[in-house]
Amino acid sequence: MTSTSETARTVEALGEEGYKYGFVTDIEADSLPPGLSEDIVRFISAKKEEPEWLLEWRLKAYHRWMKSAEDTPTWAHLTYPEIDYQAASYYSAPLRDEDRPQSLDDIDPELLATYEKLGIPLQEQEMLAGVAVDAVFDSVSVATTFKSKLYELGIIFCSLSEAVKEHPELVKKYLGSVVPYADNYFATLNSAVFTDGSFVYIPKGVRCPMELSTYFRINAANTGQFERTIIIADEGSYVSYLEGCTAPMRDENQLHAAVVELIAFDDAEIKYSTVQNWYPGDKDGKGGIFNFVTKRGACRGRNSKISWTQVETGSAITWKYPSCILQGDGSVGEFYSIAITNNCQQADTGTKMIHIGKNTKSRIISKGISAGRAEQTYRGLVRVQAGAENARNHTQCDSLLIGEQCGAHTVPYVECRNASARLEHEATTSKISEDQLFYCRQRGINEEDAVALIVNGFCREVLQELPMEFAVEAQKLVAISLEGSVG
Amino acid sequence: MLEVEGLCVSVAGKEILKGLDLSVEAGTVHAIMGPNGSGKSTLAYVLAGRDGYDVTAGSVTYRGQDLLALKPEMRAREGVFLAFQYPVEIPGVGSATFLKTAVNAVRKHRGEKEYDAMEFLKVVREKREALNISKEMIRRPLNVGFSGGEKKRNEVLQMALIEPTLAILDETDSGLDIDALKIVADGVNALRAPERAMIIITHYQRLLDYIVPDHVHVLAQGRIVRSGGKELALELEENGYGGIVPGVPGAEAAA
Repeated sequence: MTSTSETARTVEALGEEGYKYGFVTDIEADSLPPGLSEDIVRFISAKKEEPEWLLEWRLKAYHRWMKSAEDTPTWAHLTYPEIDYQAASYYSAPLRDEDRPQSLDDIDPELLATYEKLGIPLQEQEMLAGVAVDAVFDSVSVATTFKSKLYELGIIFCSLSEAVKEHPELVKKYLGSVVPYADNYFATLNSAVFTDGSFVYIPKGVRCPMELSTYFRINAANTGQFERTIIIADEGSYVSYLEGCTAPMRDENQLHAAVVELIAFDDAEIKYSTVQNWYPGDKDGKGGIFNFVTKRGACRGRNSKISWTQVETGSAITWKYPSCILQGDGSVGEFYSIAITNNCQQADTGTKMIHIGKNTKSRIISKGISAGRAEQTYRGLVRVQAGAENARNHTQCDSLLIGEQCGAHTVPYVECRNASARLEHEATTSKISEDQLFYCRQRGINEEDAVALIVNGFCREVLQELPMEFAVEAQKLVAISLEGSVG
Repeated sequence: MLEVEGLCVSVAGKEILKGLDLSVEAGTVHAIMGPNGSGKSTLAYVLAGRDGYDVTAGSVTYRGQDLLALKPEMRAREGVFLAFQYPVEIPGVGSATFLKTAVNAVRKHRGEKEYDAMEFLKVVREKREALNISKEMIRRPLNVGFSGGEKKRNEVLQMALIEPTLAILDETDSGLDIDALKIVADGVNALRAPERAMIIITHYQRLLDYIVPDHVHVLAQGRIVRSGGKELALELEENGYGGIVPGVPGAEAAA
């Protein structure tokens, strides 16, 4: 093995030496037996050398979750077998190099074919597929240069674990401040056992000069199934954050429950873009990821803005409602979404826009595409509180059906307690017509390309909200996700 | 170039074409006229390969190959172009994007170099100006909110860029005022070439004043009942379909 990976292992070993306090579970273990208990929560916290307050917080979440362990939310339009939480493992150390695939020859050819179609360079393919290679060294150095640039501007961009050590006062202040540990079933579970995630702080008046992407974060590879991310944009700052990857991601863990908290102060703006392409399972829906995500942004300051853009093509089950709390006067919330479900995928996704401050505005554009036997639901809430003078919302929900066996559902909730509000809701459901397909084919475009073209047209308003380099990849992803949906 | 022999076609169990014969040579323009319901559009769709049109007998040979065995996109790439009577709207897809995708699909098949974005814009500019199509129009989503005239001009623009071998124009004159008709006809005439054949499907003689055909065929009750030169169109104009094909239903309406 190379010196790089040896170094990595030495560092890891050094880290472990730190835990000499006698907890019940063996701290040297690399993974835990399945099951969730107080010991497990203590183990995770100890493994990560967390301060007492964080352990306490995790334990509060744990006890809360245990009390409600039977109360899995059932309101979503999703059908899946009961999840046995005691059968899951809640901590495993990153794979050692010798346990990882040694080269791309060991990777599923189907996965490689998809990388090829997306035009992903070889080195990146190796990284994505988790191959043990020296290429990791390159990404470390890239990330290092990148980080020092941000550091000069006072921007903090690191893993949440690192932030707990380096900036405990910030983490303590903001962790759970938008999504409290008791928020909902999956957020509570996450609060008890979250493994890692990103932490971003943009200081006053700083415009982050580059898109922050998890891709550049060194330890992004093993954040695991319970990811937790916090982004804080201080007064007058701006940041654009990209999460995920267009390349299909495989994971041993079927259950994913992430939490993302965004906080924007006066005149600050956070743009959060996601491409979610977790393994959706095979054609019959076997083996896909269950993705239960809580994402919420608080526009705390005057004229602050939070914009969510998501392209959801993966997972067997998606349960996700990125929301905005429009607290500051004049604050703006946006939600742009493309959700594609094919074969047996199910998605129940949408947003919540809570208008609290005066002159708050929100905009929702949701594009849902269903093919195969997939079921998809848009579920949204627009709430105007009594004090939200002149609140405005525009909602547009468009569904596109491909084939005869899929379903699209729209469940928009509107609650208005202020008569000065102006709320608009538009919804359409359409199918790709035979006429459209024939017209394209008569011009020499084959059926799959025609579907991709028509669907990309359908999603255009959302695609154009994505950062440039993401948008191009997302277009290709749209096409790949719908392969085999016609003919 | 195109040999149609004894073609019988049913749509949803109803026989529409009943033994149609047609021979089209390279470099010629054929007009097919006929009353409503005679099977004109059916002929266009069958040649282009639309689903739902069952060929029950007969054959279509195009440049030596069995046209009916090819998928619609392969027919298109092999040079068969249909200008639609009702061009289809595709929301969100820019006309230019659609055109580039189509032209490149055909060029790739022919072994020609695919255009990049810059080259394509240049090629489009020359062609669209002749058809009085603005830059703004090709940026709009394909056919969405286009007027009747804009849609038909856009069809001719596509034809000019794809450079087909056999162009079928299905009632391209319908819904056009006289000025738009002239622009479209000029566009079509500019594409007349020794290696290219055209089939112009129309109700009325009017279009044929501007696109003068070499041959005129009358299609009635699923067959070509009469063929002649361009003067046949004038005779039709004067006497109506009823005068030429006694007992043809719909002849009064067209007369």
